[in-house]
Parts: sequence; structure tokens; C-alpha cells
Amino acid sequence: MWQYEKKLQYPINIKNPNPKYAQIIISQYGGPDGELGASMRYLTQRYSMPYDDVKGLLTDIGTEELAHLEMVCAMVHQLTRNLTPEEIKKSGFDKYFVDHTAAVYPVAAAGIPWRAEYIQAKGDIIADLHEDLAAEQKARVTYDNLLRLIDDPDILDPLRFLRQREIVHYQRFGEALRRTTDRLDSKNFYACNPSFDKNCGR
Amino acid sequence: MNKAKLRRKIWELDFAIHEMVLFLDTHKNNTAALNRLKMYKREREMLVREYVSRFGSMNETANASECNNSWCWLDGPWPWENKFAEE
Repeated sequence: MWQYEKKLQYPINIKNPNPKYAQIIISQYGGPDGELGASMRYLTQRYSMPYDDVKGLLTDIGTEELAHLEMVCAMVHQLTRNLTPEEIKKSGFDKYFVDHTAAVYPVAAAGIPWRAEYIQAKGDIIADLHEDLAAEQKARVTYDNLLRLIDDPDILDPLRFLRQREIVHYQRFGEALRRTTDRLDSKNFYACNPSFDKNCGR
Repeated sequence: MNKAKLRRKIWELDFAIHEMVLFLDTHKNNTAALNRLKMYKREREMLVREYVSRFGSMNETANASECNNSWCWLDGPWPWENKFAEE
């Protein structure tokens, strides 16, 4: 189960609303490499993980990703508060506004709603950990791209924090992959599937 | 330390504790990391005690949010609102 803590992992207080920025930042909520997908990916993969330490890592990183999607939503919420119809039209936010008003709905920057295809649970520990490593790098690149397009320090500061977390998670998943292959036959890691075959690697 | 600074310091320790948790997930028997985790938790406990004695409940979780016979869990601002960071 989970218990909510009434705080953000890193504080967010954006003074100037900016619906143009909101429309690109929202991709890190509902986009292909966003935090919603990250959380669902790791929490979903737990059930077929054969090793206790990797179950724990997926639980803890999957939980942190929930805190990250809350941060991204907080940014979008603060960037879209108190808008006038004029500002909505001028910024191009009208295409989102017509369906969602100022709610925070999981879509990619180009407007595509969040899809389960953004995540994968393959049921093979090596395949799943590689998926996770790639996901962290893709999310890092998305943050890099946002950092190129935005020049408000109130937004850049939490974005830099989130970018750094992708790098830390990548490091931890890399260690989990190494610990996994250490348990397998070094001549052929793929001789069996430790997530499915009994006695694989024993 | 004023209320906002103290709260911020406690949250910084929460982050440091979380970092140690992730590190220990892949370094189970690392005693230096275990000791560091204990140190951060002790420090946090001390600061929370100071906070509660000076300002009342931290009001962070639903199961620890009774203050003055009222259900203050519901008291805003909520974390995604600008006012939350300004408090």
C-alpha cells in the first residue's frame, strides 16, 4: 500500500504563469518518457522479478516517480492559473483548454493522451532492466530538451533536480543489472529466463 | 531556525534518507551507507521534535494530523499550490 505525504519532493513555486511552457512540460507527465509511465513501468514490473533486491529497487524508484509526476503536475497547474481567454488563444493553449479547461490531464506535448504502450513488462529480468535503463536516459534527454526551451529560473530549478534524478536511477538500475548477471552463467546470460524458468541461475 | 527553514531542513533530510535507501537497495551490506542512513534519521527525528514542540503537528500524513481536537489534515494549502511553498 501507499501513504501520502503532504509535500513535494522538491519545492515548486512558479511566479509567472505561462501556458506555452505548460504545454511542453506536460509531456513529462503524460508523454512517452514521462513520470506517469515511469512509475507504472517499475511498479508493474515488480511482480515478475525473481530477486528480492530488484523487487525493492523497483518499489522504491516506482514510488519516487509518483512524487515526480506530482511535481510535474504542480508545474503545469501553476503555469496555467489565472489565464484570460486572450492569453489562452495567443499561447496556443486553446486546443488543450477546449477539452480539459485548466485541469491537468496526462498528454504528450503534441496532445496525444497517455498510452499503456509507453511502458513494458516483458517478464524477463534482463529485458526489463534494459527497458528501465533506456527509459531513464530518454527521460533525461526530454529534460535536457525542456531546459533548452525554457528561461524562467522558477521552472529551471526543479527541472534540473528532476533531470538529475534520472541519472541517479540509471546508475541504480545499472547496478541491479550487474548484480543480476553476477547470479547467472557468465558464458551465457541468456541460457534461461530467471523471471520464469525454475532453478535458472541456481 | 524559523518555521519555514526548519520545515525545509526536515525535507532535505527526507531526500537524503531516500537517497541512502536507493543506494542500499543495490549495496545491501554497505555499513558506511547504513550508518549514514541512521545519522540522517536521528537528525530528522531531532528536528521534527523541535518543530512539533514549537509549531504543532507537521500535518504531513493523514494518520498524524489531529491538532487541537480538529482534523487539520484537510487544512490547505496543498503541495501543488503556490501558497504551499510560500508558507
